[in-house]
Amino acid sequence: MMQTGGTPRLPYQTYHDWYAQQDPACLIAKTTEAETIFRKTGITFAVYGHEDSSEKLIPFDLIPRIISGREWRRLAQGIEQRVIALNAFLDDIYHRQEIIKAGRIPREIIENNVAFLPEMIGFRPPGGVYTHIVGTDIVRTGEDEFYVLEDNARTPSGVSYMLENRETMMQMFPELFHINKIRPVENYPNLLRKSLASLAPKGCRGKPRVAILTPGIYNSAFYEHAFLADQMGVELVEGSDLRVIDGRVAMRTTRGYQTIDVLYRRVDDDYLDPLTFKPESTLGVPGIMDVYRAGNITIANAPGTGIADDKAVYSYMPEIVEFYTGRKPLLENVPTWRCSEADSLKYVLEHIEELVIKEVHGSGGYGMLVGPTATKQECADFADKLKARPSNYIAQPTLSLSTVPIMVDKGIAPRHVDLRPYVLVSDKVQIIPGGLTRVALKEGSLVVNSSQGGGTKDTWVLED
Amino acid sequence: MLGRTANGLYWMFRYIERAENIARLIDAGLRVALTRTNFADEDWDGVLQSAGVRLNYGDVHATLTSANAIDFLLRDTSNPSSVLSCIESGRHNARMVRTALTRETWEATNECWIDLKRLLVRKAHSADMPEIIDAIKRRTGLIRGAFHGTMLRDDIYNFSRIGTFIERADNTARILDVKYYVLLPAAAQVGSSLDNMQWESILRSVSAHRSYGWVYDGEYNASNIADFLILNGRMPRSLAYCYEKAVSNLGYLAQQYGERHAAHDTAERTHASLRNRGIGDIMEYGLHEYIEDFIAQNNRLGQEISDGYRFYQG
Repeated sequence: MMQTGGTPRLPYQTYHDWYAQQDPACLIAKTTEAETIFRKTGITFAVYGHEDSSEKLIPFDLIPRIISGREWRRLAQGIEQRVIALNAFLDDIYHRQEIIKAGRIPREIIENNVAFLPEMIGFRPPGGVYTHIVGTDIVRTGEDEFYVLEDNARTPSGVSYMLENRETMMQMFPELFHINKIRPVENYPNLLRKSLASLAPKGCRGKPRVAILTPGIYNSAFYEHAFLADQMGVELVEGSDLRVIDGRVAMRTTRGYQTIDVLYRRVDDDYLDPLTFKPESTLGVPGIMDVYRAGNITIANAPGTGIADDKAVYSYMPEIVEFYTGRKPLLENVPTWRCSEADSLKYVLEHIEELVIKEVHGSGGYGMLVGPTATKQECADFADKLKARPSNYIAQPTLSLSTVPIMVDKGIAPRHVDLRPYVLVSDKVQIIPGGLTRVALKEGSLVVNSSQGGGTKDTWVLED
Repeated sequence: MLGRTANGLYWMFRYIERAENIARLIDAGLRVALTRTNFADEDWDGVLQSAGVRLNYGDVHATLTSANAIDFLLRDTSNPSSVLSCIESGRHNARMVRTALTRETWEATNECWIDLKRLLVRKAHSADMPEIIDAIKRRTGLIRGAFHGTMLRDDIYNFSRIGTFIERADNTARILDVKYYVLLPAAAQVGSSLDNMQWESILRSVSAHRSYGWVYDGEYNASNIADFLILNGRMPRSLAYCYEKAVSNLGYLAQQYGERHAAHDTAERTHASLRNRGIGDIMEYGLHEYIEDFIAQNNRLGQEISDGYRFYQG
């Protein structure tokens, strides 16, 4: 919030003045109020592997993160460029594979990758869109320095928190919305529905029927699935609600079976179709891949998009962006060592205490090592894992992430954050002005994942 | 609408209705215990029977005590019809059909669950009972209010209402079934304090001890009470009222979907018989037999609705 010299940064000016006039005790009381609002609306998530914790709250911090219009425009251009490149890359990888032929990315990193789906080779989804919904994770390291951490081209989650955080802020501090010009995010569900409907398959007759496929009530993100279905005004379905009838995917309704044209699935590729992928899956729909390939349903995001946000492929993103857009990437990639390469592995092992090491296919902050905060023993144990399966890991330097203020018992204190803006792709790319700011609540921590004690805050993009 | 969603809505509202009715039964039981000097623990037997859980109780407790009976009805999760179990099941169904509910209805349900879970975490002291019973009635009342005030009058609304009325009719019929002997003319020594007590307990368990006085000019007798609970179309927990509503909710679905099912015939037939029969006629046929028939028929209707509208569980 502050710049060197002790004055607030420009976008924070109005907020800063307002804050100075508030009673700190009142603000702390508001934190409890926010928690009550979240509990009551049922904004909860599940943490796997915890007994009796099936419904937890993500801590919410009531100081907004504020981004100026100028900063945002720059970010948005970079994100758009990247998302266009991702879709072009996916189309290429599943067709002519020009980028491999051009020698810009090694063949084995694609074809030996579990996220690469041979079933998608030669198939082009409706509208040529592979990744309809993208959540680009971004961190800031300086005034004009942004890095992309991850691209999240499969099923990015957390958008319900973006919406609920805003809703909660408007309920608690309506006056802030009068004195600041904040760009709205609440039309996201509507934009999402329209964006999906515009990519209906050619087999669709009449108005496209959209549905959200959830793994069910016990899934960690069930609240979000229900929330989105409700806000979009579309049916929320589970695998057991669907079956293939006459070459179309249909749901069991009170009036018999009704066909679905566009399925926004929040179920992983592996579980989508037991006839094509994991045979034991009960979360998917037997035969849906045949319907898909016959052009009778749109699946969003398309199966096989994981190849574009794989952590091993990530390290090639600068080449990928340049190859498909003909321009240098506007947003930086974090320098990445691929441990599968002998030189890199050597470097990583020698510098393990300075690096962040991640599993190539991991997510949610699990199975990673943050060198600078780990103990000697933890580093040594991790080094053994690295040596046993080097190709399973990548390593990155620890960036000096920007901090933003959060409310703590004694007032305000700085914490590290990242940002996930949400992007919708149809015949155009729409970036919602805002996103989910995740914050590492532990002092000094760099891990923002909700499963690892991270919190969230409202993210404002100012109109200027 | 998904058959699973219709099923979830139907059961969500059955469970919420049941939670409220169980609270009423406990309330009536407590009231009798307070006002009668010779009240014994065994008197909870009838309350457990009315709740349909006398056998379940026997599986858990060897002896019948007032404290155990109340605890079993209120918060024993091995009892599927305890208030706590009902609220859990109701909220579980609500969570599953979250998209079919307005935010207000969902929040009222979720808050009901949060609040009652907190209240029922420990065995209740008798001093806390008024607060607990009151909280259950208030919380379920808030769900009903949010539901009525905000829900679109579509098939979602009608499936929910059908769940409420099938459950309510079942509960009222069970109360009558357990106490039918109190209402038999032979046993009725009009005016005795025992009878008055028993009758009042019946009326209290359907929250009708006041309204009864208004409707029948304070004339307490068995046949009037039976008439009130079975045939009086103005009494919101009577069988006649429940069926009038269920028929109208089913009628909406038939019109909206353009098809009728066996359930429509069953509901209309039962409703007609409730409208056309006098209480004397029913007493002559046999109150007990009549209620038994009704409960069986009510269950059949539930099954027919489930079949006709393709209910299924996830």
